[in-house]
Amino acid sequence: MNATSAEQASPPVTEDALRGVLLAGERPPRPGPVSTSLTFGWRALLKIKHVPEQLVDVTMFPIMFTLMFAYLFGGALAGSTQEYLQFLLPGILVQANVMITMNTGITLNTDIQKGVFDRFRSLPVWRPSPLVGALLGDLVRYSIGSAIVIMLGLVLGFRPEGGAVGVVLSVALLLVFSFCLSWLWTMLSLILRTPNSVAGVSMMVMFPLTFVSNIFVDPKTMPGWLQAVVEVNPITHLATVVRGLMDGSVPAGEIGWVLVSSVLLVAVFGPITMVLYRKKK
Amino acid sequence: MGKLAIETRGLKKSFGKTHAVAGVDLAVSAGGVYGVLGPNGAGKTTTIRMLATLLRPDAGEAQVLGYDVVRDARSVRTRVSLTGQFASVDEDLTGVENLLLLARLLGYSRPRGRRRAADLLDAFGLANAADRQVKKYSGGMRRRIDIAASLVVPPELIFLDEPTTGLDPRSRNQVWEIVRGLVAEGTTVLLTTQYLDEADQLADRIAVIDHGKVIAEGSSGQLKASFGAGSLHVRLRAPEQRAEAERVLAGVLEVQVEPSADPVALSARISDPERVARALAELSRGGIDVTEFALGQPSLDEVFLALTGHPSEETPKEDAA
Ligand SMILES: Nc1ncnc2c1ncn2[C@@H]1O[C@H](COP(=O)(O)OP(=O)(O)O)[C@@H](O)[C@H]1O
Ligand SMILES: [Mg+2]
Repeated sequence: MNATSAEQASPPVTEDALRGVLLAGERPPRPGPVSTSLTFGWRALLKIKHVPEQLVDVTMFPIMFTLMFAYLFGGALAGSTQEYLQFLLPGILVQANVMITMNTGITLNTDIQKGVFDRFRSLPVWRPSPLVGALLGDLVRYSIGSAIVIMLGLVLGFRPEGGAVGVVLSVALLLVFSFCLSWLWTMLSLILRTPNSVAGVSMMVMFPLTFVSNIFVDPKTMPGWLQAVVEVNPITHLATVVRGLMDGSVPAGEIGWVLVSSVLLVAVFGPITMVLYRKKK
Repeated sequence: MGKLAIETRGLKKSFGKTHAVAGVDLAVSAGGVYGVLGPNGAGKTTTIRMLATLLRPDAGEAQVLGYDVVRDARSVRTRVSLTGQFASVDEDLTGVENLLLLARLLGYSRPRGRRRAADLLDAFGLANAADRQVKKYSGGMRRRIDIAASLVVPPELIFLDEPTTGLDPRSRNQVWEIVRGLVAEGTTVLLTTQYLDEADQLADRIAVIDHGKVIAEGSSGQLKASFGAGSLHVRLRAPEQRAEAERVLAGVLEVQVEPSADPVALSARISDPERVARALAELSRGGIDVTEFALGQPSLDEVFLALTGHPSEETPKEDAA
């Protein structure tokens, strides 16, 4: 009813007004890829502002997992909840971020189906910018998720020896890795038809990736062949790095590992994603 | 008007077994409105998407403003705007955010972009709704913001895909006024529609498409001449005058006149609407009292029947893509 009253109140579009805006229109110089990607990032932030419900996964997942693992398994795995928390929290931080990247694909799948993507694709801008912008906007989600985990950890008694610097550095590295990993989900979201199937397939990748790692337990307790798998899982290296930085050490070799796997993720899934995006519908 | 804004030859696109566009040839002159008329599923959207460089044709060629849509896609994109059939702006954002987003993407600085957005909202009567999410707009407002979004940088050519489907008559009229205003400023408009009267009202030339093929092309007058201009329905006061009325109408309209089941009603397919006034005057001169008359536009179904010999299978409805 609100809309109708505004409609009635609104003046009709007069030819003069229309002529005015058509004549006043300029054709500014075309902005570069960085600028257009950032503008699409701004769109993602606006969407968070208008649809804050989309942050539910970012807040609920991490809280649930931290509490569940610390209290359910802490005693059994490490003798006490406190001791286990010291080991677990950096791992949970990694898992939470990886989980949240998954949602990037689901959100994008829904978004791309909408007519507005046709408009974006018909603009004379660098073609990947809507996707890059969406992924940049997601960095905000990862940051919120990380902040929640760390804050909850501090409340429960987690004490990072590495101090604020260690925490900030490890989160920064997590953001880099998450941004790169999200190209995998973006690719999936262009291959699969519905958000549901994206969610399904993502889960199938996600669970082995995060559980067959050193996030929850020290791999020394696992059979040899499984240790070998854990060893090549990039998530293991990421968790080691985050643990190290938070503990005040700088595992340089492991950091290199994480950066290389980040670059590889983009180098492989970025171009495939773009080819799929160009061919979409 | 000599220059061609759009020229296609043998344009084709299939989705699996569906031949959505099965060889379309178009020649659209610059300036004016070109109407693409066809029922749901005829291939209108697919054609527009190819012309706007969103879909690569399977075969054939298309030049838009002199640039090839495949080889020179970028040049086409800088000169045309597309207003898609469904949600062509972000429904979660407000009106002003949507326009500012496009202005920034097209190179406006933030302050200039803001000014441009405000000017457009003003011109389109949306200033009051600037800060409301587009999903809360009414159908008519929604269409206006869709079109405003296409004019952030005024294009040489604008594609409007079914701009009035589902709108109430008042909003539809507003869209028509906008289209006329665009043309008055020299913009070329290609619009698709399922409504014959819309094509008739707005378009200088019309291509009728069905099953991905152009089945008729010409000015509204030329097309009408080929399928008749509709029907005249007349009701009389006295049933005994019907035979006389039938004779008078047949004489002036020069067509077959059909007595209806109702004993005081008559109807006739007409080819030339100009003669209707004369026919009515002739009835009154003959002392035949007419209580009611109506001039019906031919429906799209009638047009299809006339053009193809088969009725259009799908009746216009909104949900299908
Ligand atoms: N992306 C697509 N995938 C499969 N079939 C499609 C797709 N787009 C359109 N079609 C089919 O192509 C035909 C033409 O569709 P469309 O161009 O949307 O028609 P119109 O716009 O005239 O209603 C329809 O049969 C439609 O189902
Ligand atoms: Mg359509």
